[in-house]
Amino acid sequence: MEAVVFWFAAALAVAGALGIVLQRNPFYSVLALVVHLIALAVLFLLLRAEFLAAAQVIVYAGAVMVLYVFVVAYVGGLEDPLTEPSPALRALAVVFCVALLAELSVAIAGSGLKALDTHGPELEAGFGSPAQIGELFLTRFLIAFELVSLLLLIAAVAAVVLARREPETSSRPQPDRGLARERQVF
Amino acid sequence: MDIVWYLVLSALIFSIGAVGVLTRRSPLVVLICLELMLNAGNLALVAFARMTGTADGQIFALIVMIVAAAEVVVGLGLIVAMYRNRVPMDVDELSELRG
Amino acid sequence: MNATTYAWLVLSIPLAGAAGIALAWRWLPGRTAGWIGSAAIGLAFLNSIGALVMLQDRPAEERHLRSALWDYANTSGIEVQLDIFVDPLAVFMCLVVTGVSFLIHVYSAAYMAGDRGYARYFSYLNFFVFSMLLLVLAGNFILLIVGWAFVGFASYALISFWYRRRTATYAGMKAFVINVVGDVGLVLAAILLQRDTGRLDYPGVFETAPRVFETNEWVIVAVCLLLLLGAFAKSAQIPLHTWLADAMEGPTPVSALIHAATMVTAGVYLIARMHPLFELAPTAADISAAIGALTLVFAASVALVVTDLKRIIAYSTISQIGYMVMGVSIAAYGAGMFHLMTHAFFKALMFMAAGSVIAAMAGSQDIDRMSGLRRAMPFTFAAFLVAALALAAFPGLSGYFSKDEVLAFAAERGGAYWLLYVAGTLAALMTAFYAFRIVFRVFGGEPNAEARELEGGHLHHAEPANPVTGEPEDTDVGYPGPAHHIAEREFPMKAAMGLLAVLSVVAGALQIPGVTHVVEGFLDTTFEDSRFIDTEVSGGLEALALIVGAATGLAGIALAWLLYVRNPGATTRLARRLPRLHGFLAHKWYFDELYDRTIVRPTAALGRFSADVFERVVVGGLVSGTTFAVRAGNSIVRVAQTGLLRNYALLLVTGVTALALYFLVVSR
Repeated sequence: MEAVVFWFAAALAVAGALGIVLQRNPFYSVLALVVHLIALAVLFLLLRAEFLAAAQVIVYAGAVMVLYVFVVAYVGGLEDPLTEPSPALRALAVVFCVALLAELSVAIAGSGLKALDTHGPELEAGFGSPAQIGELFLTRFLIAFELVSLLLLIAAVAAVVLARREPETSSRPQPDRGLARERQVF
Repeated sequence: MDIVWYLVLSALIFSIGAVGVLTRRSPLVVLICLELMLNAGNLALVAFARMTGTADGQIFALIVMIVAAAEVVVGLGLIVAMYRNRVPMDVDELSELRG
Repeated sequence: MNATTYAWLVLSIPLAGAAGIALAWRWLPGRTAGWIGSAAIGLAFLNSIGALVMLQDRPAEERHLRSALWDYANTSGIEVQLDIFVDPLAVFMCLVVTGVSFLIHVYSAAYMAGDRGYARYFSYLNFFVFSMLLLVLAGNFILLIVGWAFVGFASYALISFWYRRRTATYAGMKAFVINVVGDVGLVLAAILLQRDTGRLDYPGVFETAPRVFETNEWVIVAVCLLLLLGAFAKSAQIPLHTWLADAMEGPTPVSALIHAATMVTAGVYLIARMHPLFELAPTAADISAAIGALTLVFAASVALVVTDLKRIIAYSTISQIGYMVMGVSIAAYGAGMFHLMTHAFFKALMFMAAGSVIAAMAGSQDIDRMSGLRRAMPFTFAAFLVAALALAAFPGLSGYFSKDEVLAFAAERGGAYWLLYVAGTLAALMTAFYAFRIVFRVFGGEPNAEARELEGGHLHHAEPANPVTGEPEDTDVGYPGPAHHIAEREFPMKAAMGLLAVLSVVAGALQIPGVTHVVEGFLDTTFEDSRFIDTEVSGGLEALALIVGAATGLAGIALAWLLYVRNPGATTRLARRLPRLHGFLAHKWYFDELYDRTIVRPTAALGRFSADVFERVVVGGLVSGTTFAVRAGNSIVRVAQTGLLRNYALLLVTGVTALALYFLVVSR
């Protein structure tokens, strides 16, 4: 049963990923990303990370993707032209990524971690629950927690700053040209 | 399922995301592919958390998610600003960081 | 206050004077700097007398005093303190140095008035006295070398005092370079000594040396030869003598102080101080005596023909120092130091008188242009006459007793040392001759134009010019001042010269052979460890020396009278009949030309080679090659900076892939 769900979710995830990369229209790419994220949420559930799965759906698929959709709508979906200035770049990219994949696979398969070949240990009931996550955040990872909140604040400020429209020149007082000329500048 | 499969899947998604970053021309799509890579990392983290039986990996993944959200905010803000200032939305055109 | 305290005061007062004048020169009007300088040295002299008195108070065995200020270096087997060594030899030198310096300062206060660099002059002069005292009072080799180097610098600064004169700056450089050669010798000697005895302070070295070295072992001979290198550079003996004649470019009082009375005697002091080492290496001592004798004769022969007044006196100095070097090398320490003292008196006096004459001649130094100045400058004439008589060893004057003591000791040592006696006597004849050559040429005969002007009460004025090359100058800073001061008109000059004249006459009484032994007795405690301390010159040899000395002196004077007064022009005819000999002597035995050929030109050629080949090709090539390589590497690497985001990302991925591959392979 678990294997079926796994393979199904995995296939969906890969399909979503390929969709993102291969779609010409950015809007379709965004939609593919949403599919991918939901598949990943399912995988998280399989791995007994309930809170994370919920967060994935609510935060990622919910909030971040909405942002993406808005921006795509604003910016407009441009089509990527079919001919690249340097097709060699594309080929090289694929080559190296395949190489990367191969290496990672070899690393995983050949690693000495015995535990990789198992399900993992038996877990107690509350593993991955919001209670455990919350407790960990507020005890062992308190500093990370605080820093991350700071980061979010910075991101919020950055968003406001980036999105601000420059005010019209008439609303800002003109610098006094005469005074600037008289002052000695070193 | 053995943990190995989750890791292989994560590697696959990571590579696909890398290809996307390297080959797409629209900065928006590049950002999306970046998200893909981050998610792959998340998957690996959670798999390891399951493997060791501690929830540390999940915390890590949660924080990655938060950071990704912050990064998306800034990135999209940049794209909006680019669009407003009529900068061409083409990664190849944005080449001032040259030696 | 004990002797060492006095000694420290003797050291510090001239230094304070130098620093004070140097800092406050702007606010010192007129001749104040001169009086401050003189007062400083005067105080130092009084303190030297204090040191003498306190030293003599002590019993004879306890007259070697050390006093250290602090530890200077204490590492890896080298222990050096900032210490002074006060014993009769040091106090003797202090007295001579400060005494004569004081008189020369007083003389200069008047002589240099009007020169734009007046305060600078006195600052340098005070600094020189400090350096000389440091050299003399030093208690270890390090301080000796420090004082040695300082003295060399002070000499350079004062020779090129009129720094806008090209000849003066060249002369200063020449002096300094030759002095540095001597410094090297001194340093190497100190290194060798420290290596073998492990000590650098005088008492330590002198105690351990006899235990560590065999007599005439090559190391100790090498050490002594290196010390001689230093001594000969400072004291202008062959082969390092060429700088002294050119050093006459400095002001005349400088010539009097540095190049007659004090600095050039540093070499003699060095040999005397290091006598335990020299007695361990008789070979070196004999070489030293031989060179002293050779220099003696050489310099006297050159002084016979040179026509620049100051240069004659300079060669005379070289020659007389040959006597002193010879003296202390054959272990006639008392006699050698006595001659040092008397020579300081009459040579300084001679230079002072010469300064007065040159002032009367408005800067010209050529004796062929001088004649008949005796009526116009009676005091200067009297002073110069006294000095010349002392130099010529006229019986009864100081020079007579001191010179003949040295020669008598040489005779007493016997054997090959009779050669030294002969050389000394020959030189004495020449000395008497050239001393009175000057007297008869400059002061005898009919008054020349300048003399007649002066008799009329008016000091001759001429356009300022370089006395050697004749180039016109001005009188601003860097050149001599416009005023010329003669002794007859300046009381300080008269006072200094008068006192020195008196000393030149009566100082002989200190050491009349067989009668008084003041100097020798005083210095006995320093030299008590000498093998020759008890060598008494037999009465017969003493009498021989005195009689022969008197005879040669009078003969020389008579010869000069014959050739300059009875047959004027005889010398010119002689010169024309023996042109080669005359040329050889006039060119100072071609030493300068020899050095030019063998040292100066090859060095210059090496310099040119270095600049053209080595500097341009090798070093330049290396530098520009490096920049070229870097630039080339740059252009290669720059290819990756396309500005395209995707290229950078690709490079990133490639890098990660490569790293992962590496780690995979390594972990196998």
